[in-house]
Formats: sequence, C-alpha cells, structure tokens
Amino acid sequence: MARSVKNQQKMVNTVIAWTIGLLIFFPVLWTVLTSFKTEGQAINDPPLFLFFDWTLENYAIVQERSDYMKFLWNSIFIAGGSTLLGILIAVPAAWSMAFVPTKRTKDILLWMLSTKMLPAVGVLYPIYIGCIKLGLLDSRLALVIILMLINLPIIVWMLYTYFREIPRDILEASRMDGASLWKEIIYVLTPMAIPGIASTILLNLILAWNESFWTLNLTAAKAGTLTAFIASYSSPEGLFFAKLSAASTMAIAPILILGWFSQKQLVRGLTFGAVK
Amino acid sequence: MMAPAVILLLGWMLAPLTTTLYFSFKKYLPLRGGDLGWVGFDNYVRFVTSSSFWPSVYTTLIIVGFVLAITVIFGVLLALLLDQPMWGQGIVRILVIAPFFVMPTVSGLVWKNMFMDPINGILAHLWRFFGLQPLEWLSQFSMGSIILIVSWQWLPFATLILLTAIQSLDREQLEAAEMDGANNTKRFGYIILPHLSRAITIVILIQTIFLLSIFAEIFVTTAGAFGTKTLTYLIFQRVLESQNIGLGSAGGVYAIILANIVAIFLMRIVGKSLDAKES
Amino acid sequence: MGFIELKQVTKNFGDLQVIKPLDLEIKDGEFTVFVGPSGCGKSTLLRLIAGLEDLTSGSIQIDGREASQDAPAKRGLAMVFQSYALYPHMNVYKNIAFPLKMVGMDKDAIDKKVRKAAEVLNLNDYLERKPAQLSGGQRQRVAIGRAIVREPSAFLFDEPLSNLDAALRVGMRLEISELHKRLNTTMIYVTHDQVEAMTMADRIVVMNHGVIEQVGTPLELYRNPKNLFVAGFIGSPKMNFIEGSWAQAQGAHSVGIRPEHISITAEQSEWKGVVKMAESLGSDTFLHIQDSGVAETLTVRADGEKSFNRGQEVFLKPKKESLHLFNEKGERQ
Repeated sequence: MARSVKNQQKMVNTVIAWTIGLLIFFPVLWTVLTSFKTEGQAINDPPLFLFFDWTLENYAIVQERSDYMKFLWNSIFIAGGSTLLGILIAVPAAWSMAFVPTKRTKDILLWMLSTKMLPAVGVLYPIYIGCIKLGLLDSRLALVIILMLINLPIIVWMLYTYFREIPRDILEASRMDGASLWKEIIYVLTPMAIPGIASTILLNLILAWNESFWTLNLTAAKAGTLTAFIASYSSPEGLFFAKLSAASTMAIAPILILGWFSQKQLVRGLTFGAVK
Repeated sequence: MMAPAVILLLGWMLAPLTTTLYFSFKKYLPLRGGDLGWVGFDNYVRFVTSSSFWPSVYTTLIIVGFVLAITVIFGVLLALLLDQPMWGQGIVRILVIAPFFVMPTVSGLVWKNMFMDPINGILAHLWRFFGLQPLEWLSQFSMGSIILIVSWQWLPFATLILLTAIQSLDREQLEAAEMDGANNTKRFGYIILPHLSRAITIVILIQTIFLLSIFAEIFVTTAGAFGTKTLTYLIFQRVLESQNIGLGSAGGVYAIILANIVAIFLMRIVGKSLDAKES
Repeated sequence: MGFIELKQVTKNFGDLQVIKPLDLEIKDGEFTVFVGPSGCGKSTLLRLIAGLEDLTSGSIQIDGREASQDAPAKRGLAMVFQSYALYPHMNVYKNIAFPLKMVGMDKDAIDKKVRKAAEVLNLNDYLERKPAQLSGGQRQRVAIGRAIVREPSAFLFDEPLSNLDAALRVGMRLEISELHKRLNTTMIYVTHDQVEAMTMADRIVVMNHGVIEQVGTPLELYRNPKNLFVAGFIGSPKMNFIEGSWAQAQGAHSVGIRPEHISITAEQSEWKGVVKMAESLGSDTFLHIQDSGVAETLTVRADGEKSFNRGQEVFLKPKKESLHLFNEKGERQ
C-alpha cells in the first residue's frame, strides 16, 4: 500500500517536473526546430511542430551570407585564448594563496572579487578610447585580454577553492616520501588538481563565450564573435525566422553541450565557493 | 607567485577608473569640439537632473526587483520539485538549466521575433487560438517583456544554486523534524527555508550585480525605447551614441557607486564562508 | 639504526608554547607511544621529529647526527598519517612505489620491494585498485606499506587507528605490534587511547599541556604513576582518588586506588557504601558506589558472575599495598 502511494507521488512529481522542464526548455527547442524549416513553414499558422519538410538550407544560407565560420573562429579564439591566458596567470596565484597563505590572503581574494563587480559601462569609454589609441579596436587580441581580465577573479577563486580541498596530509606525506618541491608539484599536486583546473576552464569558456557587452561594443566586422554575429540579425529583412533560428542554433549549440557537463562547477564558480 | 594576477587586476581597475573620473569632471565632446575644459561637478549635476535619469533608475530598479522576485520564488519552488523522487530527474535538470547557457543576444532575438512578434510569434498564435487580440509585447508591455526574457535567463541559475543548497541539507535533520511531528509545510518553514536563507542571499546579491548591468537583452530588443532604458543603457547611449564623454563618465561613476553598495554585502557573505572553511 | 634524541626542544605557535622545553631519548628498536589528551602536544612532537614542523629551539639528533635542519625526506623516517594520506590518483602499487621512485631506484628493484611489502601486508590482490576502492583497514595497510618499503630508521604513526571501527582497531593493533617484532625498527606511535598505549608500547611517554609527565614501561606507569595526572590517565576504569581525613590517616594529601584493588567482602569491612549503578561486562562488573564516606563515588571491580542491585549495601576492602599516596602538589610521595 505504502509503496503504491509512493509510486503515485513519484508519477505526479514526474509529470509536473517534465511539464515545467519542457516549458522552460521550449524556446530553445523551438529555435532548433525552426532552423530546419523553410521560411514559409516557420511562420505557418498554426505553428508546425514536427511535421514539416526538414531542410538544412538555412544553415547553408547563414554560412554563405554572414560567414558564420569567421565569427565562430573568433568566438573560439577569444573564449579559448582568454581562458588559457587566465589559467596561466591564475594557477600560480591560487596555488600560493591556497598553500602558503598569509594574513593578507583573504583580503587579496576579496579585493580580486571586488574588481569583478566593477560595472563595465562605468569604464566603457576609457577602454574604448584605449583600444583606439593602441589600434586594437575590433581586434581579437583586445578581447582576449579584456575577457581574461574580467574573468580572472572567478578563475583565481575557483582554483583557490579546489586547491584548498587537497589535503595537507598528502602533501606532507609526499615530502616525507622524499619528493622535492618540483616532484611534489608534478606527481602529486597537479594530478590531484587537474579535475579542478578542468572545471575552471569549462566554466570560463562558457562565460567568455556568452560575454556580450565588450564583444558588442569593441568589435565589428573583423573580430566579431558569435554574440555580435547574432546581433546583426536584429534588423530583419523579409522572412528570416528560419535563418535566425539556424544562426542561433549554431551560436548556442557548442556551449549548451559544454554547459550541461559543468552544472556542478557552475554553482561553485558563480558563488565563489560559497555554495557547493 | 600572486604578483602577475594582482598587478594585472590592479591595472585593470585603476587605469580605467581614474580615466573615467578624469573625464567626468570635463566637458568632452569628441565629435563637437573635443576637450572643452574643466567643469567641476557640472556633469554629475546634469546627469542627475536630465529628464532621462530618474526614469532610467526606476526602470533599472523595476527590472532588477521583478526579476529577483520571480527567479527566487520560482527558483525555490522548482528546486524543491527537482529534489523530489521522479523518473528522468537528470534530464529535467538539463532542460531547466539550458536557458542559462544561451547567449544574451540569442535569447533576446529569439524571444523578440519568434515569441513576441505580434503577427508570427508563438504567443500571438496562442492568443488567437483563445480568440484574443495578440499583444504588441515589446511596445505595449515592454517592461513585462524584458522582465520575462531576463527572468527566463536567470531562473536556471537560481534553481541550480538553490537545488545544490537543498541537497546539502542533512537528511537526518528532516527525519528528526518528521519524528518531532512537523508536517511538510512546517518542515519547509522551519528547516528547509532557514537552511536556504544563505543561498538565497547569495543568489540575490550575485544576480543583482549581473542584472544591474544587463545590456545585450535590451540592445537587441527595444534598444532602450518604450521606457526600457536602464541606467547602463543610458550611460552607453551618452558615451557611444551621443559621444558626450563627460556626461557619460559621470553616469559611469554613479553606476560604480551603485554596484559597490551591493558588492559590499556580497563580499561580507563570501568572506564569512572563507572564514568558516578555515576553522 | 633508529636512535632519536631530543634536547631542550620547544615549539611555539604564535604566542602559544605548545611544547615546553623537553628532553627525550628513544632507543633503537624501541616501540615508543606518545599518549595524552587531545591538545597535549603529542602530535606536534611527532611532527617535529618528522620535520614537518620547524623547531622553535632545541635540537633533534637521529643516530647521533644533528637533524634539526634536515628536510623531512632526509631524516630517514617514514610516517603513517591519521588520514592515511594516500595519493588518490595512484593505485596501490604506485602509492607504495612512490617513495622509491623519488629516490630514483630502478624499476626492477622497486617492483621486487613493492611486491614483497604487498605480500607481508596481504595486499597482493589489490595492487591495481585506487585508494577510493579500498576499505579503511586496507588503506591503512597501504599507508604502512608505503612506509615499510623505504626501510626507514624509524616509523612514525600519527593516531593511525582512530578512523577505524572498534573490531578492526584491535586487529590492526596486533598487526602493527607483530610488524614491530619482525622488523625490529624503532617506532613512535601517537595516540590518545591509553589502551593502545598499554598494549603496544615498550615505553610510554605521557604528555599533558606540552610537558612530559612521565616516561616508563606500561607496567611502571600502572604501578608507580609519578603524579595524579598519570595515575588518572593510565588504567581503565579510572583510578579512584580519595582526599580528606581518610587520606590524612594514611599520611598523604590524597590517595589513589584502582577499581581492581578494592574488594567486596561479605562481612563488615573498612568501607561501606550503596550501589548506584552496576555495569556488567560479562567478565567483570563495575560498581559505582555512593555514600562510602570517603569519596563521592567509588568505582569498584567485582566478579562478573555476581549480580548486584541498585540501592544494595556493600562492604568494601581496599588493598593496602596498592594505595598510591600523593602530596599537595599531586606528586607521588
């Protein structure tokens, strides 16, 4: 008896949760579906769900007309480059804060966090004019550096929380076992830190990929990322739902997949370790 | 080994900040005469007394307030639901989280065109299905529309963090409360909600910081028209559209002050969690 | 060889002196246990010997050689940690091989030693497993294996059994004792559990508040505790302490007597009391006696076969030759 009540409850939960889940997911699903329709079918009344003539033509048109590949490459270059650069700078910093903490470590960490809270618009002009003066407006290099800087606090924090979890006992054991500092780093610390570093990279890729203040304001035709590429679809020209959907699908697909793998890290990274 | 990170961030913070401060005391119109000299606090006064300032503050506060209320309330409910036993929990979680990974420009455009378009949008179809006149979402209900889009983007974040927090609750506490005769509602009120209070505070603070500076969603939908001009957007327009750098910079300083008020509270909480780990 | 000598060793953490100036000699091949309540400085002392903490002052000599400034690995000591501190990303084989790899031993020699250690510790079937896939006792063995292969001049154990359940603890206790017999290497073992100390040690070092209270064999400490602290710490259940007129009549400020040295007599005897509670362990029954007139409660060991009721009146006879007499300062007279 109790068991069947439990199953009933579970059934109810399942139905409610799936309904809400699909509702929330619907805009994404609808975008993906529409991307495979013809423009005519995309605005059909009533809307068509699955029974339409599936086509890939929108993807071809989008690539041809707006050179998707260029923007994709810019996104990959900028997200990847800023992440890699950030990690290179953050690992030693997080390392020393986690393993050789001083009285000022906490203050430095919190101060780093505070730089993340600087509203971008407050420094828009100086950065803008700086880029012009250095000839870096609409360049990938400028965005790599800027995105690295805005995300550096998060990278340092995440790495720091991961490093902190490596038990000191194990480091001491390796010291007893005769490992020099370098051997300790290579054989013990790094393998244990790799999952943490990987998660940090993943989260940072997502954040950099979706960043859309600096990418919109500092890029144009040359260094534009996918966020800018999509924004160029904001002024419609005739029927364009299917093409917009195709472009959108291509812009979000890579990161959606990465994102699903990083749910746990996301929580830790975005709350600076305060919720795990 | 901390030096590179610290120096870079220090430079990143100080250089633009001092430049912004510098320009905020100048009349500076790059396209109309360039540097026209020092003006003291003129820009600060003009920014605040301009007819668009207070509306932009209200707009900002309304968007932030409503999005926070919606995401926190529905986030708690959704997190509670996802914590229940069910089939396909992992998949539902993935479905719910998806919007967070959609870049702001995409979600802005998808909602604007495919959902809120008064002729071909899904919502228009839905309204007609019920025999109603479709709404002109982004012009008639511009604020509601923006709030809807932004809430859709941030609900997953709140849900995910609150779900993580719920799952960290010691099951024995709930069992003890059950033994003590607390029913579902009371267990929620006396055990779960207090346990979540810290996570809720964190969600509110972090979202506030991001929401104060939402930009792309407005940029691609209303471009600040129909009463959706936030403080961020106003400053953006002053700086890059009307190229009034002095005025824009003064606005920037206001935005920085506003963000810092929120930041102080967030830092306190994060700082505490840092101490807790050390003990 | 494993002869360790501490001379005027001290350790401060900030303003707090956790180890007060202290001398200690640990003989080659001896099984020495540091015992004391938590916070007494026993783990710190071990870590000073290991080299994981720096001395504030004093010196440590190992086999007659000054070692105070040596890095941990240079001291020729091996340590087994409370948390085992196994490398989670390496399997059992690699964990045990790690210290040998660090000294650059060639692969065949490493293999031989690791397999031999695994044999001794019954780990042959688990060599490919990661620490996470092992039980607590198996992890403990791996940690010991990692220590053995180095053939150290002394083993250091930091509360190694405290994470194991009671049954396993007894088993591992025996295994470590057997290991000591077989290897005949100096072992220093830290614990807060006086039963472990009594059963395993050749010599016990009782510590309290950063000071060595007494050093001696288990039976010396049991028979001749130097002060009230050692008397109360060694032995289970705890020794009874009696003050007041009865103690003065024995010529002391306070008198200690162990529960096993008070007998229950049928007829009128020295003391009389009321049973407050009887704890039957089967082999023995421990009685908590009230209203004896000498102490608030007395703990008495009785025959496990006999039964006692709450409130029952009993006659008690202390064994006069087993009294411990202490002066006002709590020192043995």
